[in-house]
Amino acid sequence: MGIYVIRVPDIGEGIAEVELVTWNVQPGDSVTEDQHLADVMTDKATVEVPSPVHGKVISLGGAVGQVMAVGAELVRLEVEGEGNLKENSAPTPTSKAQAAPVSVAVPAPAATPVAPPASAPAPKAAPARAARPAAVARKEGERPLAAPSVRRRALDLGIDLRLVHGSGPAARIEHHDLDAFAAGGGQAAAVGSQYVERHGEEAIPVIGLRRKIAQKMQDAKRRIPHFSYVEEVDVTELEALRQQLNKIHGATRGKLTLLPFLARAMVLALRDFPQINARFDDDAGVVTRHEGVHLGIAAQTDGGLMVPVLRHAESLDLWACAAGIARVAEGAKSGKLGRDELSGSTITLTSLGALGGIVSTPVINHPEVAIVGVNRMVERPMLRNGQVVARQLMNLSSSFDHRVVDGMDAAQFIQAIRQLLETPALLFVE
Amino acid sequence: MKELTTKLLVIGGGPGGYVAAIRAGQLGIPTVLAEGVQLGGTCLNIGCIPSKALIHAAEQFETARHQAAGSQLGIRVADPQIDIAQTVRWKDGIVTRLTGGVGALLRKAGVKVLKGWAQIEDGKTAIVQVDGEAVRVRCEHLLLATGSDPVELHSMPFGGPGGPIWSSTDALSPDILPKRLVVVGAGYIGLELGMAYRKLGVDVTVVEAAQRVLPGYDEELTQPVLDALQKSGIVLHLGCSVQGWDAEHGVHVRSDERAEEFALPAERVLVAVGRRPRTAGFGLESLQLTMAGRHVAIDGHCRTSMRNVWAIGDVTGEPMLAHRAMAQGECVAEQIAGKNRSFAPVAIPAVCFTDPEVVVAGKTPGEARAAGIDCIDAAFPFAANGRAMTLEATGGFVRVVARKSDHVILGWQAVGRGVSELAAAFGQSLELGARLEDVGHTIHAHPTLGEAVQEAALRALGQALHI
Repeated sequence: MGIYVIRVPDIGEGIAEVELVTWNVQPGDSVTEDQHLADVMTDKATVEVPSPVHGKVISLGGAVGQVMAVGAELVRLEVEGEGNLKENSAPTPTSKAQAAPVSVAVPAPAATPVAPPASAPAPKAAPARAARPAAVARKEGERPLAAPSVRRRALDLGIDLRLVHGSGPAARIEHHDLDAFAAGGGQAAAVGSQYVERHGEEAIPVIGLRRKIAQKMQDAKRRIPHFSYVEEVDVTELEALRQQLNKIHGATRGKLTLLPFLARAMVLALRDFPQINARFDDDAGVVTRHEGVHLGIAAQTDGGLMVPVLRHAESLDLWACAAGIARVAEGAKSGKLGRDELSGSTITLTSLGALGGIVSTPVINHPEVAIVGVNRMVERPMLRNGQVVARQLMNLSSSFDHRVVDGMDAAQFIQAIRQLLETPALLFVE
Repeated sequence: MKELTTKLLVIGGGPGGYVAAIRAGQLGIPTVLAEGVQLGGTCLNIGCIPSKALIHAAEQFETARHQAAGSQLGIRVADPQIDIAQTVRWKDGIVTRLTGGVGALLRKAGVKVLKGWAQIEDGKTAIVQVDGEAVRVRCEHLLLATGSDPVELHSMPFGGPGGPIWSSTDALSPDILPKRLVVVGAGYIGLELGMAYRKLGVDVTVVEAAQRVLPGYDEELTQPVLDALQKSGIVLHLGCSVQGWDAEHGVHVRSDERAEEFALPAERVLVAVGRRPRTAGFGLESLQLTMAGRHVAIDGHCRTSMRNVWAIGDVTGEPMLAHRAMAQGECVAEQIAGKNRSFAPVAIPAVCFTDPEVVVAGKTPGEARAAGIDCIDAAFPFAANGRAMTLEATGGFVRVVARKSDHVILGWQAVGRGVSELAAAFGQSLELGARLEDVGHTIHAHPTLGEAVQEAALRALGQALHI
């Protein structure tokens, strides 16, 4: 019998630490080769850690939610024959992750917004609740404890005993409990209602992607003075064009949503507003303007919000752009994107589609300096040349980093986009 | 045709039907009860009561024979004899008194009893044949309380008391005491009667398809019964099935395990392989009620799938017990009177009047654990109970099952002589939601068998005094 230590794998360029997201094994479990042991997460991607050998788990190197350095001991296995650990020592305390969930020693790569090594809140099981005297805390389907005379009286009074608090031993319902319930107006509720007060609570540790999101949001709001600007856009012409294009080319080139048009409009408008297509390293005090437009696409995944990146949107035509957006959004959901498609965006586009609402206040994807949000499109009566006509209208709600983008520039940028969208032919004029 | 209109028509005058009718009458509901044979149903006429009478007689006879053979107690008896015809007359006397009492109670409650078979026309009409005259009874509520029949084996149809193949009914009114009796089925009916006949001096052989006697109960509980069976000289053939019968060889038995067939000579064969809900022969099928297997399906209020058609007792399936039917009958009558009632007992105790007796109420340890309940259980043996010693009945025990977290009692089981009377204590503690402490800290009179109940509860708490 030997000891085999599996270490936190080196996942890729510049990754020095990962967060433990899931354990699929427990000490004592037998594992086979290639069995999926744990999920670890970098700032963007979640990676499965397989077992390279058969064996039995002796110990785990950390708790879920813990940030561990690459190379730290992840799992210790007992294996047939010789392991990869010579001396039969206990888990080495030299491993950084072992020492503490806080790995301050490992500096985060400058460009990537790695989770600050905050003290990891160890996920705690919800503490056992002391029974509240007023609470009716019976399990689903559990019969209330009550003597036959109490049960009979409850039936006569039309009281559902499941709703009554029992003050007797083992929460047995006594006659005076029934009296109290009836006196408290419980009778009416019992006759007409099956609704029961609920007192359960569940502590959900904020870990993994959720923690990343929380940190990024907190960071963005703490660092960036947001300036929000909302404008109404008449997209009647654009919508007509979109439908026409879908009618003609939909079958062969794929259907277009509004997003590729918007991306195109942003690409064109950004030529005149390079300060908006930029990343602001506020620690260094440097704004880096980018010629290429790397468009962050806010995408809802099962784990939470992710912002995959459509690279070089300026080089894509409508259909390539549509396909690209679909691909990165889908990739984010299935967790199949590479690092280059999960970071490096220069401006972000966010749309809730039909749920877009009237106005939103999007949060800038730090270190970018602007985010454009799309609200719901709706047909409304408008006055044009003294006539009331039906028009398709849609709001754009955008936020800018007011430290480096002035309000005037931001407004002009949005007006430029509006002009492009209201006269869609302009989208195709270089 | 004579016509009769009433609010409630009860079909069947057994424990379920007559209790429902009495209660309905007391509540002022115009009630008609149709009974084809005899008030009291299976229980009073051909079940609980006569079997207990026969068992009692057999016990007395056995005691006398035991004493004749030289008794430790110093009692000397010379050559006891039994006149089985007189025994049957005595038993019939009890039955007559009880059924007569039921008739009087029904009269007192203002229930009109029609003595005749009912035939259902629809959910609100039935025709009862009373002395060759058909009476059409129209009702608002129809209560089915038709009971059950002993299951017959195809190869061995029942032939009445004088025939060789007995049902439990025939065995309760024997024409003779057979020299050799084969009992098919080691459930509670087969064993109760088989043991009684053994005590009456008959050579008894029991054939059972399962590998155990009383297969419905757990092994710990049935072990003392098995010991008693063997001690009494009853021959057991477990894991065997019955193939048929002929007058020359007796019962043909096949041992599934050893793959062999053999014959058991017998003058009489008691077939006690279970009971079947009585659902055919009276037009029930015309109502197209929802069935649950062989029995009528009912909800927690004893309602069938048809509005204002109710069903109680054996016709609604297991457990086929008179006390369940009675409770259901009362429940239905009160609902018809407009009261809010449901049939939701915590426990329905069941007693097996073998020697030793077996009584269960609520969950066994196995059932509780299967239901995912973290429970504790403890048993107190009668060997440590003074009263049991004075009764020469030190076999058996009382066992309690309770939830571990709050000690609420979930079930009781007992085996031993006379433990059937403990069913009252068991049922009460379960229905009242007692905890182990409640029973353990109640003074139980000394010297009684009931002390074992208290001691079992104390033992579950780790506080037993006498063991």
